[in-house]
Amino acid sequence: MATRQRQVGLPAWIFVPAALGAALVLLPLVGMGSRVEWGSFFELVTSDSALTALSLSLRTSLVATVLCLLLGVPMALVLARTSFRGQGLVRSLVLLPLVLPPVVGGIALLYTFGRRGLLGSELDALGIQIAFSTAAVVLAQTFVSLPFLVVSLEGALRSAGARYEEVAASLGARPTTVFRRVTLPLVLPGLVSGAVLSFARALGEFGATITFAGSLEGTTRTLPLFIYNLRVVDPDAAVAMSLVLVVVAVLVIAFARPGRSTW
Amino acid sequence: MKSLVLTAVLALTLPLAACGSDSDGDAGGGSGGETTTLTVYAAASLTATFEEIGKKFEAEHDGVKVEFDFGGSSNLVTQIQEGAPADVFASADTANMDKLVDADLAGGDPQDFATNTLEIATPPDNPTGVASFQDLAKKGLQLVICAPEVPCGAATQTMADNLGVTLKPVSEEQSVTDVLAKVTSGEADAGVVYVTDVTAAGDAVTGVTFPESGDVVNTYPIAPVEGTDAEDLADDFVEFVLGDTGQSILADAGFGQP
Repeated sequence: MATRQRQVGLPAWIFVPAALGAALVLLPLVGMGSRVEWGSFFELVTSDSALTALSLSLRTSLVATVLCLLLGVPMALVLARTSFRGQGLVRSLVLLPLVLPPVVGGIALLYTFGRRGLLGSELDALGIQIAFSTAAVVLAQTFVSLPFLVVSLEGALRSAGARYEEVAASLGARPTTVFRRVTLPLVLPGLVSGAVLSFARALGEFGATITFAGSLEGTTRTLPLFIYNLRVVDPDAAVAMSLVLVVVAVLVIAFARPGRSTW
Repeated sequence: MKSLVLTAVLALTLPLAACGSDSDGDAGGGSGGETTTLTVYAAASLTATFEEIGKKFEAEHDGVKVEFDFGGSSNLVTQIQEGAPADVFASADTANMDKLVDADLAGGDPQDFATNTLEIATPPDNPTGVASFQDLAKKGLQLVICAPEVPCGAATQTMADNLGVTLKPVSEEQSVTDVLAKVTSGEADAGVVYVTDVTAAGDAVTGVTFPESGDVVNTYPIAPVEGTDAEDLADDFVEFVLGDTGQSILADAGFGQP
Protein backbone atom coordinates (compact mmCIF):
# COMPACT_ATOMS: atom_id res chain seq x y z
CA MET A 1 0.00 0.00 0.00
CA ALA A 2 2.74 2.41 0.96
CA THR A 3 4.92 1.83 -2.08
CA ARG A 4 3.47 3.80 -4.90
CA GLN A 5 6.03 4.02 -7.68
CA ARG A 6 4.80 4.64 -11.14
CA GLN A 7 6.93 3.84 -14.15
CA VAL A 8 4.42 4.55 -16.88
CA GLY A 9 3.91 8.24 -17.68
CA LEU A 10 0.50 9.84 -18.04
CA PRO A 11 -0.76 11.15 -21.37
CA ALA A 12 -0.08 14.89 -21.51
CA TRP A 13 -3.70 15.89 -22.12
CA ILE A 14 -4.72 14.44 -18.76
CA PHE A 15 -3.18 17.47 -17.09
CA VAL A 16 -5.62 19.91 -18.67
CA PRO A 17 -8.83 18.56 -17.11
CA ALA A 18 -6.89 17.83 -13.93
CA ALA A 19 -5.78 21.46 -13.74
CA LEU A 20 -9.31 22.61 -14.51
CA GLY A 21 -10.63 20.49 -11.68
CA ALA A 22 -8.08 21.93 -9.30
CA ALA A 23 -8.96 25.45 -10.46
CA LEU A 24 -12.65 24.78 -9.89
CA VAL A 25 -11.91 23.92 -6.28
CA LEU A 26 -9.35 26.62 -5.60
CA LEU A 27 -10.66 29.63 -7.54
CA PRO A 28 -13.75 30.18 -5.36
CA LEU A 29 -11.51 30.26 -2.31
CA VAL A 30 -9.35 32.88 -3.99
CA GLY A 31 -12.51 34.78 -4.91
CA MET A 32 -13.70 34.75 -1.34
CA GLY A 33 -10.27 35.68 -0.07
CA SER A 34 -10.30 38.73 -2.31
CA ARG A 35 -13.40 40.02 -0.53
CA VAL A 36 -12.02 39.80 2.98
CA GLU A 37 -11.74 43.14 4.75
CA TRP A 38 -8.38 42.51 6.37
CA GLY A 39 -8.44 45.77 8.30
CA SER A 40 -11.44 44.77 10.38
CA PHE A 41 -10.97 41.00 10.12
CA PHE A 42 -10.06 40.38 13.73
CA GLU A 43 -12.84 42.61 14.99
CA LEU A 44 -15.40 40.87 12.78
CA VAL A 45 -14.50 37.32 13.79
CA THR A 46 -14.38 38.11 17.50
CA SER A 47 -17.77 39.79 17.83
CA ASP A 48 -19.94 38.37 20.60
CA SER A 49 -22.34 36.57 18.28
CA ALA A 50 -19.48 35.18 16.22
CA LEU A 51 -17.78 33.76 19.28
CA THR A 52 -21.09 32.36 20.55
CA ALA A 53 -21.66 30.62 17.23
CA LEU A 54 -18.07 29.38 17.08
CA SER A 55 -18.18 27.98 20.58
CA LEU A 56 -21.55 26.33 19.96
CA SER A 57 -20.20 24.80 16.75
CA LEU A 58 -17.07 23.47 18.43
CA ARG A 59 -18.97 22.05 21.41
CA THR A 60 -21.68 20.34 19.36
CA SER A 61 -19.20 18.99 16.82
CA LEU A 62 -17.05 17.53 19.58
CA VAL A 63 -20.01 15.80 21.20
CA ALA A 64 -21.12 14.55 17.79
CA THR A 65 -17.63 13.17 17.13
CA VAL A 66 -17.64 11.35 20.47
CA LEU A 67 -21.04 9.87 19.62
CA CYS A 68 -19.70 8.86 16.21
CA LEU A 69 -16.81 7.07 17.92
CA LEU A 70 -19.04 5.30 20.43
CA LEU A 71 -21.46 4.13 17.75
CA GLY A 72 -19.27 4.05 14.65
CA VAL A 73 -16.38 1.93 15.93
CA PRO A 74 -18.65 -1.02 16.77
CA MET A 75 -20.45 -0.56 13.45
CA ALA A 76 -17.19 -0.64 11.50
CA LEU A 77 -16.07 -3.74 13.41
CA VAL A 78 -19.29 -5.57 12.69
CA LEU A 79 -19.08 -4.65 9.02
CA ALA A 80 -15.39 -5.52 8.63
CA ARG A 81 -15.01 -8.58 10.83
CA THR A 82 -18.24 -10.48 10.49
CA SER A 83 -20.29 -11.69 7.60
CA PHE A 84 -24.01 -12.16 7.64
CA ARG A 85 -26.79 -12.25 5.13
CA GLY A 86 -27.70 -8.85 3.83
CA GLN A 87 -24.49 -7.26 5.04
CA GLY A 88 -24.02 -5.45 1.76
CA LEU A 89 -27.47 -3.96 2.10
CA VAL A 90 -26.87 -2.93 5.70
CA ARG A 91 -23.62 -1.26 4.70
CA SER A 92 -25.31 0.67 1.91
CA LEU A 93 -28.10 1.84 4.19
CA VAL A 94 -25.72 2.89 6.93
CA LEU A 95 -23.78 4.96 4.43
CA LEU A 96 -26.94 6.64 3.17
CA PRO A 97 -26.39 9.97 4.98
CA LEU A 98 -23.16 10.29 3.01
CA VAL A 99 -25.05 10.75 -0.23
CA LEU A 100 -28.38 12.03 1.06
CA PRO A 101 -29.02 15.78 0.76
CA PRO A 102 -28.71 17.06 4.36
CA VAL A 103 -32.07 18.82 4.17
CA VAL A 104 -33.66 15.43 3.49
CA GLY A 105 -31.84 14.10 6.53
CA GLY A 106 -33.30 17.00 8.49
CA ILE A 107 -36.83 16.18 7.40
CA ALA A 108 -36.27 12.50 8.25
CA LEU A 109 -35.01 13.45 11.71
CA LEU A 110 -37.95 15.81 12.19
CA TYR A 111 -40.45 13.07 11.46
CA THR A 112 -38.65 10.70 13.80
CA PHE A 113 -37.59 12.78 16.79
CA GLY A 114 -39.86 15.77 16.27
CA ARG A 115 -42.86 16.34 18.50
CA ARG A 116 -45.24 14.68 16.07
CA GLY A 117 -42.62 12.22 14.87
CA LEU A 118 -42.37 8.47 15.18
CA LEU A 119 -40.83 8.65 18.67
CA GLY A 120 -42.27 12.06 19.50
CA SER A 121 -44.95 11.00 21.98
CA GLU A 122 -42.61 8.53 23.72
CA LEU A 123 -39.95 11.21 24.12
CA ASP A 124 -42.58 13.67 25.25
CA ALA A 125 -43.76 11.23 27.91
CA LEU A 126 -40.20 11.04 29.18
CA GLY A 127 -40.11 14.84 29.26
CA ILE A 128 -37.56 15.03 26.45
CA GLN A 129 -37.92 17.83 23.92
CA ILE A 130 -35.43 17.50 21.13
CA ALA A 131 -36.61 19.94 18.48
CA PHE A 132 -35.12 23.44 18.78
CA SER A 133 -32.56 22.27 21.33
CA THR A 134 -28.82 21.90 21.19
CA ALA A 135 -29.42 18.14 21.34
CA ALA A 136 -31.14 18.42 17.96
CA VAL A 137 -28.02 20.04 16.52
CA VAL A 138 -25.85 17.22 17.87
CA LEU A 139 -28.28 14.62 16.55
CA ALA A 140 -28.25 16.17 13.07
CA GLN A 141 -24.46 16.38 13.10
CA THR A 142 -24.05 12.80 14.26
CA PHE A 143 -26.49 11.62 11.61
CA VAL A 144 -24.53 13.17 8.77
CA SER A 145 -21.01 12.46 10.04
CA LEU A 146 -21.33 8.89 11.32
CA PRO A 147 -20.74 7.32 7.87
CA PHE A 148 -17.42 9.14 7.54
CA LEU A 149 -16.10 7.38 10.60
CA VAL A 150 -17.55 4.01 9.65
CA VAL A 151 -16.12 4.14 6.12
CA SER A 152 -12.65 5.25 7.23
CA LEU A 153 -12.43 2.70 9.98
CA GLU A 154 -13.86 -0.18 7.99
CA GLY A 155 -11.28 0.50 5.27
CA ALA A 156 -8.50 0.58 7.87
CA LEU A 157 -9.72 -2.65 9.46
CA ARG A 158 -9.87 -4.43 6.13
CA SER A 159 -6.43 -3.34 4.99
CA ALA A 160 -4.94 -4.21 8.39
CA GLY A 161 -6.26 -7.74 8.05
CA ALA A 162 -7.15 -10.12 10.86
CA ARG A 163 -3.84 -11.98 11.13
CA TYR A 164 -2.61 -10.40 14.35
CA GLU A 165 -6.00 -10.77 15.91
CA GLU A 166 -5.99 -14.48 15.07
CA VAL A 167 -2.54 -14.89 16.57
CA ALA A 168 -3.57 -13.08 19.73
CA ALA A 169 -6.68 -15.23 20.01
CA SER A 170 -4.70 -18.41 19.46
CA LEU A 171 -2.45 -17.37 22.33
CA GLY A 172 -5.48 -17.25 24.57
CA ALA A 173 -6.50 -13.60 24.51
CA ARG A 174 -10.19 -12.99 25.04
CA PRO A 175 -12.12 -11.04 22.35
CA THR A 176 -12.21 -7.85 24.44
CA THR A 177 -8.46 -8.07 25.05
CA VAL A 178 -7.82 -8.64 21.35
CA PHE A 179 -9.93 -5.62 20.52
CA ARG A 180 -8.22 -3.40 23.09
CA ARG A 181 -4.61 -4.57 22.69
CA VAL A 182 -4.39 -5.56 19.02
CA THR A 183 -7.20 -4.22 16.83
CA LEU A 184 -7.43 -0.68 18.19
CA PRO A 185 -3.68 0.11 18.12
CA LEU A 186 -3.46 -1.37 14.63
CA VAL A 187 -6.15 0.86 13.15
CA LEU A 188 -5.48 3.93 15.28
CA PRO A 189 -4.36 6.11 12.34
CA GLY A 190 -7.51 5.23 10.44
CA LEU A 191 -9.58 5.85 13.53
CA VAL A 192 -8.02 9.28 14.06
CA SER A 193 -8.50 10.38 10.48
CA GLY A 194 -12.06 9.08 10.53
CA ALA A 195 -12.78 11.00 13.71
CA VAL A 196 -11.25 14.18 12.27
CA LEU A 197 -13.33 13.84 9.12
CA SER A 198 -16.47 13.30 11.18
CA PHE A 199 -15.66 16.37 13.22
CA ALA A 200 -15.18 18.41 10.06
CA ARG A 201 -18.45 17.21 8.60
CA ALA A 202 -20.24 18.00 11.86
CA LEU A 203 -18.71 21.48 11.91
CA GLY A 204 -19.96 22.17 8.41
CA GLU A 205 -23.45 20.75 8.92
CA PHE A 206 -26.15 23.15 7.75
CA GLY A 207 -29.12 21.63 5.93
CA ALA A 208 -30.22 19.07 8.48
CA THR A 209 -29.66 21.54 11.31
CA ILE A 210 -31.74 24.38 9.89
CA THR A 211 -34.55 21.97 8.99
CA PHE A 212 -34.58 20.02 12.22
CA ALA A 213 -33.11 22.24 14.92
CA GLY A 214 -34.01 25.77 13.85
CA SER A 215 -31.81 28.79 14.35
CA LEU A 216 -31.36 30.59 17.65
CA GLU A 217 -28.28 32.32 18.93
CA GLY A 218 -26.44 30.31 21.56
CA THR A 219 -28.72 27.29 21.29
CA THR A 220 -28.91 26.09 17.72
CA ARG A 221 -27.27 28.77 15.58
CA THR A 222 -24.00 27.10 14.68
CA LEU A 223 -21.33 28.81 12.62
CA PRO A 224 -22.71 27.83 9.19
CA LEU A 225 -26.21 29.02 10.17
CA PHE A 226 -24.72 32.19 11.59
CA ILE A 227 -22.86 32.86 8.35
CA TYR A 228 -26.06 32.24 6.39
CA ASN A 229 -27.89 34.84 8.48
CA LEU A 230 -25.00 37.25 8.50
CA ARG A 231 -24.38 37.35 4.76
CA VAL A 232 -27.55 39.38 4.40
CA VAL A 233 -26.94 42.06 6.98
CA ASP A 234 -23.16 42.11 7.13
CA PRO A 235 -21.49 40.50 4.11
CA ASP A 236 -18.01 41.51 5.32
CA ALA A 237 -18.46 39.65 8.57
CA ALA A 238 -19.92 36.66 6.74
CA VAL A 239 -16.85 36.46 4.51
CA ALA A 240 -14.54 36.80 7.49
CA MET A 241 -16.31 34.01 9.35
CA SER A 242 -16.26 31.87 6.21
CA LEU A 243 -12.51 32.29 6.08
CA VAL A 244 -12.29 31.04 9.65
CA LEU A 245 -14.09 27.87 8.57
CA VAL A 246 -11.76 27.50 5.57
CA VAL A 247 -8.78 27.67 7.93
CA VAL A 248 -10.38 25.05 10.17
CA ALA A 249 -11.00 22.86 7.11
CA VAL A 250 -7.37 23.16 5.99
CA LEU A 251 -6.21 22.20 9.49
CA VAL A 252 -8.55 19.23 9.44
CA ILE A 253 -7.14 18.02 6.13
CA ALA A 254 -3.61 18.43 7.43
CA PHE A 255 -4.57 16.30 10.44
CA ALA A 256 -6.51 13.64 8.62
CA ARG A 257 -4.11 13.08 5.76
CA PRO A 258 -1.21 11.28 7.44
CA GLY A 259 -3.57 8.39 8.23
CA ARG A 260 -2.78 5.85 5.54
CA SER A 261 -6.30 4.51 5.36
CA THR A 262 -7.94 4.81 2.00
CA TRP A 263 -11.64 5.51 1.98
CA MET B 1 0.14 27.95 -17.89
CA LYS B 2 -1.74 29.99 -15.32
CA SER B 3 -3.42 32.15 -17.92
CA LEU B 4 -4.20 29.06 -19.95
CA VAL B 5 -6.01 27.54 -17.02
CA LEU B 6 -7.89 30.75 -16.39
CA THR B 7 -8.96 31.00 -20.01
CA ALA B 8 -10.09 27.41 -19.98
CA VAL B 9 -12.10 27.89 -16.79
CA LEU B 10 -13.80 30.96 -18.20
CA ALA B 11 -14.44 29.21 -21.50
CA LEU B 12 -16.15 26.39 -19.64
CA THR B 13 -18.16 28.41 -17.18
CA LEU B 14 -19.28 31.45 -19.18
CA PRO B 15 -21.69 29.57 -21.44
CA LEU B 16 -23.26 28.09 -18.29
CA ALA B 17 -23.64 31.51 -16.77
CA ALA B 18 -25.18 32.76 -19.98
CA CYS B 19 -27.88 30.13 -20.07
CA GLY B 20 -28.64 30.81 -16.42
CA SER B 21 -29.62 34.40 -17.21
CA ASP B 22 -31.51 33.76 -20.39
CA SER B 23 -33.33 37.07 -20.20
CA ASP B 24 -34.67 37.45 -23.68
CA GLY B 25 -34.02 33.82 -24.42
CA ASP B 26 -34.05 32.95 -28.07
CA ALA B 27 -32.59 29.56 -27.24
CA GLY B 28 -34.88 26.57 -27.31
CA GLY B 29 -38.16 27.76 -28.81
CA GLY B 30 -38.75 25.02 -31.37
CA SER B 31 -42.39 25.89 -32.00
CA GLY B 32 -42.11 29.11 -33.96
CA GLY B 33 -42.50 32.42 -32.02
CA GLU B 34 -39.65 33.23 -29.68
CA THR B 35 -40.16 33.24 -25.93
CA THR B 36 -38.96 35.96 -23.64
CA THR B 37 -38.32 35.14 -20.03
CA LEU B 38 -39.03 37.67 -17.32
CA THR B 39 -37.35 36.90 -14.01
CA VAL B 40 -39.13 38.24 -10.96
CA TYR B 41 -37.54 38.21 -7.50
CA ALA B 42 -40.33 38.41 -4.97
CA ALA B 43 -40.73 38.17 -1.20
CA ALA B 44 -41.60 34.70 0.07
CA SER B 45 -44.98 35.95 1.32
CA LEU B 46 -45.96 36.69 -2.30
CA THR B 47 -45.44 33.11 -3.51
CA ALA B 48 -49.05 32.09 -4.19
CA THR B 49 -50.31 35.46 -5.41
CA PHE B 50 -47.41 36.21 -7.73
CA GLU B 51 -47.56 32.76 -9.28
CA GLU B 52 -51.19 33.44 -10.12
CA ILE B 53 -50.42 36.93 -11.36
CA GLY B 54 -47.59 35.46 -13.43
CA LYS B 55 -49.96 33.01 -15.11
CA LYS B 56 -52.44 35.79 -15.96
CA PHE B 57 -49.59 37.95 -17.25
CA GLU B 58 -48.34 35.13 -19.48
CA ALA B 59 -51.85 34.63 -20.82
CA GLU B 60 -52.03 38.26 -21.88
CA HIS B 61 -48.51 38.37 -23.30
CA ASP B 62 -47.73 35.97 -26.12
CA GLY B 63 -44.36 34.31 -25.98
CA VAL B 64 -43.60 35.56 -22.49
CA LYS B 65 -42.59 33.29 -19.65
CA VAL B 66 -42.45 34.62 -16.11
CA GLU B 67 -40.03 32.93 -13.76
CA PHE B 68 -39.99 33.57 -10.03
CA ASP B 69 -37.44 33.39 -7.31
CA PHE B 70 -39.18 33.63 -3.96
CA GLY B 71 -37.24 34.16 -0.74
CA GLY B 72 -36.62 36.46 2.18
CA SER B 73 -36.52 40.02 0.79
CA SER B 74 -33.14 40.71 2.34
CA ASN B 75 -31.69 37.57 0.75
CA LEU B 76 -33.08 38.53 -2.62
CA VAL B 77 -31.78 42.09 -2.56
CA THR B 78 -28.34 40.77 -1.59
CA GLN B 79 -28.41 38.42 -4.56
CA ILE B 80 -29.40 41.22 -6.92
CA GLN B 81 -26.56 43.34 -5.60
CA GLU B 82 -24.24 40.45 -6.40
CA GLY B 83 -25.50 40.42 -9.97
CA ALA B 84 -28.38 37.96 -9.91
CA PRO B 85 -30.36 38.13 -13.19
CA ALA B 86 -33.54 39.72 -11.81
CA ASP B 87 -35.75 41.88 -14.03
CA VAL B 88 -38.23 42.88 -11.33
CA PHE B 89 -37.92 43.02 -7.55
CA ALA B 90 -40.91 42.93 -5.22
CA SER B 91 -40.00 43.44 -1.58
CA ALA B 92 -42.00 42.77 1.56
CA ASP B 93 -40.87 46.05 3.10
CA THR B 94 -39.51 49.43 2.13
CA ALA B 95 -36.20 48.92 3.95
CA ASN B 96 -35.03 46.25 1.52
CA MET B 97 -36.31 48.16 -1.50
CA ASP B 98 -34.31 51.14 -0.23
CA LYS B 99 -31.20 48.95 -0.37
CA LEU B 100 -31.88 48.36 -4.07
CA VAL B 101 -32.41 52.09 -4.67
CA ASP B 102 -29.27 52.99 -2.72
CA ALA B 103 -27.24 50.60 -4.85
CA ASP B 104 -28.56 52.41 -7.97
CA LEU B 105 -30.17 49.17 -9.07
CA ALA B 106 -33.81 50.30 -9.22
CA GLY B 107 -34.88 51.04 -12.79
CA GLY B 108 -37.49 53.62 -11.84
CA ASP B 109 -39.21 54.73 -8.66
CA PRO B 110 -40.47 51.84 -6.55
CA GLN B 111 -44.25 51.76 -6.27
CA ASP B 112 -46.23 50.42 -3.33
CA PHE B 113 -48.62 47.69 -4.42
CA ALA B 114 -49.82 45.97 -1.25
CA THR B 115 -49.78 46.01 2.51
CA ASN B 116 -49.71 43.20 4.98
CA THR B 117 -50.19 42.84 8.70
CA LEU B 118 -49.14 40.24 11.22
CA GLU B 119 -51.16 37.32 12.47
CA ILE B 120 -50.35 34.45 14.78
CA ALA B 121 -50.35 31.00 13.25
CA THR B 122 -50.84 27.94 15.44
CA PRO B 123 -51.22 24.26 14.60
CA PRO B 124 -54.84 23.32 13.78
CA ASP B 125 -57.25 24.01 16.65
CA ASN B 126 -54.66 26.03 18.55
CA PRO B 127 -53.75 23.33 21.12
CA THR B 128 -51.95 25.71 23.48
CA GLY B 129 -54.78 28.22 23.45
CA VAL B 130 -52.90 31.28 22.28
CA ALA B 131 -55.38 34.17 22.31
CA SER B 132 -53.30 37.32 22.06
CA PHE B 133 -49.89 38.64 21.09
CA GLN B 134 -49.09 38.89 24.80
CA ASP B 135 -49.72 35.14 25.11
CA LEU B 136 -46.69 34.53 22.90
CA ALA B 137 -44.47 35.38 25.86
CA LYS B 138 -45.99 32.55 27.93
CA LYS B 139 -43.44 30.30 29.53
CA GLY B 140 -42.94 26.96 27.81
CA LEU B 141 -44.59 28.07 24.59
CA GLN B 142 -42.57 27.00 21.56
CA LEU B 143 -42.56 30.22 19.59
CA VAL B 144 -40.96 30.63 16.18
CA ILE B 145 -40.55 34.03 14.54
CA CYS B 146 -38.63 35.52 11.61
CA ALA B 147 -35.09 36.72 12.21
CA PRO B 148 -35.02 40.50 12.80
CA GLU B 149 -33.23 41.16 9.50
CA VAL B 150 -36.11 39.91 7.36
CA PRO B 151 -39.25 42.08 7.06
CA CYS B 152 -41.61 39.81 9.01
CA GLY B 153 -39.03 39.66 11.79
CA ALA B 154 -38.62 43.42 11.85
CA ALA B 155 -42.41 43.83 12.04
CA THR B 156 -42.64 41.24 14.83
CA GLN B 157 -39.92 43.05 16.75
CA THR B 158 -41.68 46.40 16.35
CA MET B 159 -44.95 44.90 17.49
CA ALA B 160 -43.32 43.34 20.55
CA ASP B 161 -41.64 46.65 21.41
CA ASN B 162 -44.90 48.55 20.97
CA LEU B 163 -46.73 46.22 23.30
CA GLY B 164 -43.88 45.91 25.76
CA VAL B 165 -43.77 42.14 25.28
CA THR B 166 -40.48 40.28 25.51
CA LEU B 167 -40.52 37.36 23.08
CA LYS B 168 -38.36 34.33 23.75
CA PRO B 169 -38.52 32.42 20.48
CA VAL B 170 -37.04 28.94 20.17
CA SER B 171 -35.98 29.73 16.62
CA GLU B 172 -35.53 32.73 14.35
CA GLU B 173 -36.07 31.73 10.74
CA GLN B 174 -34.83 33.30 7.52
CA SER B 175 -38.21 33.67 5.85
CA VAL B 176 -41.87 33.70 6.74
CA THR B 177 -42.42 30.42 4.90
CA ASP B 178 -39.83 28.76 7.15
CA VAL B 179 -41.78 29.94 10.20
CA LEU B 180 -44.97 28.55 8.72
CA ALA B 181 -43.25 25.21 8.00
CA LYS B 182 -42.28 24.88 11.67
CA VAL B 183 -45.91 25.49 12.65
CA THR B 184 -47.50 23.18 10.10
CA SER B 185 -45.09 20.39 11.04
CA GLY B 186 -46.30 20.78 14.62
CA GLU B 187 -42.86 21.54 16.02
CA ALA B 188 -43.83 25.04 17.06
CA ASP B 189 -46.84 26.00 19.19
CA ALA B 190 -47.09 29.36 17.52
CA GLY B 191 -45.43 31.44 14.85
CA VAL B 192 -45.76 35.07 13.89
CA VAL B 193 -46.50 35.35 10.17
CA TYR B 194 -48.54 37.54 7.86
CA VAL B 195 -52.32 37.52 7.58
CA THR B 196 -51.87 36.33 4.00
CA ASP B 197 -49.78 33.33 5.07
CA VAL B 198 -52.54 32.16 7.38
CA THR B 199 -55.07 32.53 4.55
CA ALA B 200 -52.81 30.64 2.15
CA ALA B 201 -52.09 27.81 4.59
CA GLY B 202 -55.81 26.98 4.84
CA ASP B 203 -56.57 24.10 7.20
CA ALA B 204 -52.92 23.44 7.95
CA VAL B 205 -52.92 26.18 10.59
CA THR B 206 -55.32 28.07 12.78
CA GLY B 207 -54.91 31.83 12.72
CA VAL B 208 -55.16 33.99 15.80
CA THR B 209 -55.82 37.66 15.12
CA PHE B 210 -55.03 40.33 17.64
CA PRO B 211 -56.42 43.87 17.84
CA GLU B 212 -53.05 45.65 17.67
CA SER B 213 -52.11 44.07 14.33
CA GLY B 214 -53.15 47.19 12.41
CA ASP B 215 -50.47 49.25 14.18
CA VAL B 216 -47.60 47.63 12.32
CA VAL B 217 -48.19 47.57 8.60
CA ASN B 218 -45.67 46.29 6.10
CA THR B 219 -45.79 48.04 2.76
CA TYR B 220 -44.74 46.09 -0.33
CA PRO B 221 -42.95 48.07 -3.04
CA ILE B 222 -42.11 46.80 -6.52
CA ALA B 223 -39.62 48.10 -9.08
CA PRO B 224 -37.90 47.01 -12.28
CA VAL B 225 -34.23 46.23 -11.81
CA GLU B 226 -31.78 48.62 -13.49
CA GLY B 227 -29.96 47.20 -16.47
CA THR B 228 -32.49 44.49 -17.31
CA ASP B 229 -32.61 43.32 -20.91
CA ALA B 230 -36.37 43.10 -20.72
CA GLU B 231 -37.01 46.68 -19.64
CA ASP B 232 -40.39 47.19 -21.32
CA LEU B 233 -41.66 43.86 -20.16
CA ALA B 234 -40.48 44.57 -16.62
CA ASP B 235 -42.41 47.86 -16.67
CA ASP B 236 -45.45 46.02 -18.02
CA PHE B 237 -45.27 43.53 -15.20
CA VAL B 238 -45.08 46.28 -12.58
CA GLU B 239 -48.11 47.95 -14.18
CA PHE B 240 -49.92 44.61 -14.22
CA VAL B 241 -49.37 44.08 -10.51
CA LEU B 242 -50.65 47.60 -9.82
CA GLY B 243 -53.58 47.14 -12.24
CA ASP B 244 -57.01 45.64 -11.66
CA THR B 245 -56.08 41.99 -12.18
CA GLY B 246 -53.04 42.13 -9.93
CA GLN B 247 -54.84 44.07 -7.23
CA SER B 248 -57.85 41.76 -7.14
CA ILE B 249 -55.65 38.66 -6.84
CA LEU B 250 -53.75 40.33 -4.00
CA ALA B 251 -56.98 41.41 -2.28
CA ASP B 252 -58.35 37.85 -2.47
CA ALA B 253 -55.26 36.59 -0.70
CA GLY B 254 -55.79 39.02 2.16
CA PHE B 255 -53.37 41.77 1.21
CA GLY B 256 -54.41 45.33 1.94
CA GLN B 257 -54.25 48.27 -0.45
CA PRO B 258 -51.45 50.74 0.13
